[in-house]
Amino acid sequence: MTALLHAEWTKLRTVRGWVIAMLFVPIMTVGLSALISSGSECGYQFPGPNGQMLSGGCSAPTGPGGELVQDKFYFVHQALAGNGSITARITALTSSNLQPWAKAGIIIKANTVPGSAYAAMMVTGARGVRMQWNFTQDTAGMPGAHWLRLVRSGDTITGYDSADGARWTKVGAVTLGGLRSTAQVGLFATTPQPQSGAAAVSVGQTVNATGTFDQIIVAGATRGSWAGTSIGEGPDGLPTGAYQQTGAGLSVSGHGDIAPDTGEGAGGTATPISHTLDGLFAGMIVAIVLGTSFITAEYRRGMIRTTLAACPRRGRVLAAKAVVAGAATFAAGFIGCAIAEPLGSHLLRSHGNVLEPVTSLTLLRVEAGTAAVFAATAVLGVALGAVFRRGADAVTTAIVVVIVPWFLAVSSPALPTTVADWLLRVSPSAALAIQQTIPRYPQVISDYAPHDGFFPLAPLAGFAVLCAWTAAALWLAARLLRRRDA
Amino acid sequence: MGATLHAEWTKARTVPTTMWLLGGVVTLTVMLSALVTASTKCGSAATCAADPAKISLTGIYLGQAVVGVLAVLAISDEYSTGMIRVTLAAMPRRGMVLTAKAAVVTGMVLVAGVIAVLPSVLMGRMILPGNGLVFPAAGPMLRVTVGSILYLGLIGLLSLGVATMVRDSAVAIGIVLSLLFVFPIVAHFVSDPIWQRHLEQIGPMTAGLAIQDTVDLSNQPISPWTGLGVLAAWAAGALLLGRLVLAMRDA
Repeated sequence: MTALLHAEWTKLRTVRGWVIAMLFVPIMTVGLSALISSGSECGYQFPGPNGQMLSGGCSAPTGPGGELVQDKFYFVHQALAGNGSITARITALTSSNLQPWAKAGIIIKANTVPGSAYAAMMVTGARGVRMQWNFTQDTAGMPGAHWLRLVRSGDTITGYDSADGARWTKVGAVTLGGLRSTAQVGLFATTPQPQSGAAAVSVGQTVNATGTFDQIIVAGATRGSWAGTSIGEGPDGLPTGAYQQTGAGLSVSGHGDIAPDTGEGAGGTATPISHTLDGLFAGMIVAIVLGTSFITAEYRRGMIRTTLAACPRRGRVLAAKAVVAGAATFAAGFIGCAIAEPLGSHLLRSHGNVLEPVTSLTLLRVEAGTAAVFAATAVLGVALGAVFRRGADAVTTAIVVVIVPWFLAVSSPALPTTVADWLLRVSPSAALAIQQTIPRYPQVISDYAPHDGFFPLAPLAGFAVLCAWTAAALWLAARLLRRRDA
Repeated sequence: MGATLHAEWTKARTVPTTMWLLGGVVTLTVMLSALVTASTKCGSAATCAADPAKISLTGIYLGQAVVGVLAVLAISDEYSTGMIRVTLAAMPRRGMVLTAKAAVVTGMVLVAGVIAVLPSVLMGRMILPGNGLVFPAAGPMLRVTVGSILYLGLIGLLSLGVATMVRDSAVAIGIVLSLLFVFPIVAHFVSDPIWQRHLEQIGPMTAGLAIQDTVDLSNQPISPWTGLGVLAAWAAGALLLGRLVLAMRDA
């Protein structure tokens, strides 16, 4: 087997066309990825005070967990020194277009800087009473409760709800890091904007949610009276809401969201790291051509007869070709990704994009995973080359099963979501799920579209689909290779 | 010219693969079109605003790949078997040989195109109105039908030109499919609308398929016939380069 591998490696490195193809895998990947990154502008245009148009780059605050978050709401607050509590009854949550995750309630937040630590009890548009903290965490409360309470004791904040204000149920107790001795405590309201696909949304019209409160009691060492602050207003400086004192109570209205930023689909700005590798499909086409030619060229030149005479165990010949082509494209693809990712990140940032931060382990998974997708695609090319024995048929089949389903699913708006999801589950394109880095959150409603870096399958499951296709093709190729005269 | 054409037609007609590939163009186009047409229902705003003509011809994305294979093999197969030397010895006027090949490929593709496009359009006409989409009037639909058939013919010519240049069938079809898909994919990921527009105006597939636009015509990056003209320019350019290379290179 070693001799066989050596023979195949010698073939690969001494044919000029194949060496050029090996170089083209990273060149195409890096080149197209850089082109795409350069053309991805993130920014806003808005009218300035004198009527001129101003522009601002995208921005997203970072939450306590290190992830990008949306932290935009209207906050009516007081400073609370040390331990204390806030209790309020919410009598109504209204909106011109009530979203399931429209929210209003009480909150204890480290300060008024977007992205700072918080814990909140809230009533939502259609998801009942919830306790949420630090953007990613979410727990359901008691259905039908209208009384909300948060108690601070040191770094621990405990949330309660009640239907009558007398019998209280504990919803959760959470420990917030980064809470100073003085925190901001108060009432808030916000709502995500309706999805563009939904009915009756006119462009540029902001939907607000309004929470009406009474029986507001803040216990502890508070300073001053209620103050209203727009948290996370955009570069246009427009307020994110307003509040009104109504007799014994308060009404607060606002828009935005307090949630993880999962990208454009949910009104966020986070760009997934996979966006720096969007040119990979061009590298994949080169890998397919390379893998296919690695065996069809032998048929064309009659070399296959020499190869099989020298090593009559045909299955092993195929295996050696698969290993050499796979290993070579993995290396070439990895180099491509290792260059494209930092280059793309730099280009995207310089065009105003905010990239979702990832750990170096995740980054390694994305880059090595993408390289593995290159390798598996090249091996699929080898197998199809052995099946068809003619380059054009094999390359086209590989491209049609690997690239076209992904193309249709990602870029055809008319394709029904079910068909697109189905394509990305069963076709080898499912493997691109290996680039998925941003988790899905039940408390964020979004398309979770492939364009935003979301795939229907988990990263490894998606990759397994491609491997299954490759294995099936290899099995068929080995069978045909043994049965047919060369 | 008559003899050259006859020779090329005989070669194409007597290779069993030709019939398989032509059958593949029809089958894949009609099957994918039927699948997408049947599963498209006016449920969300994006689907309701979608172009019914484009939906009923989704299969052309696959059909064109098979057209590419057919056209690439028309010349690459001769190089891989060494037949090209016999061909050029028998018919030393190389431009004439390429012209004859182009004529034969175009003729076959247009026939397959008619058989592939007509049922797809008819299925769309029958199914889509029942799913809540408004099917376009006869005038634009005639343009879509004729244009889609011509589109397949031009893809054949582009592929033939590229294959004449690079000779190897795997590389040729790789280049053709890259040319077709790179522009729309890059345009999709790029967020700058000006870039998007320009990429869709110059891409052979995006511009060529503008011939299928029936909805919101004034907001499309390129008008239908101009778009098909862009694809024709790509095909002409590829054939011209192929012609030059064929004349200057030893077979």
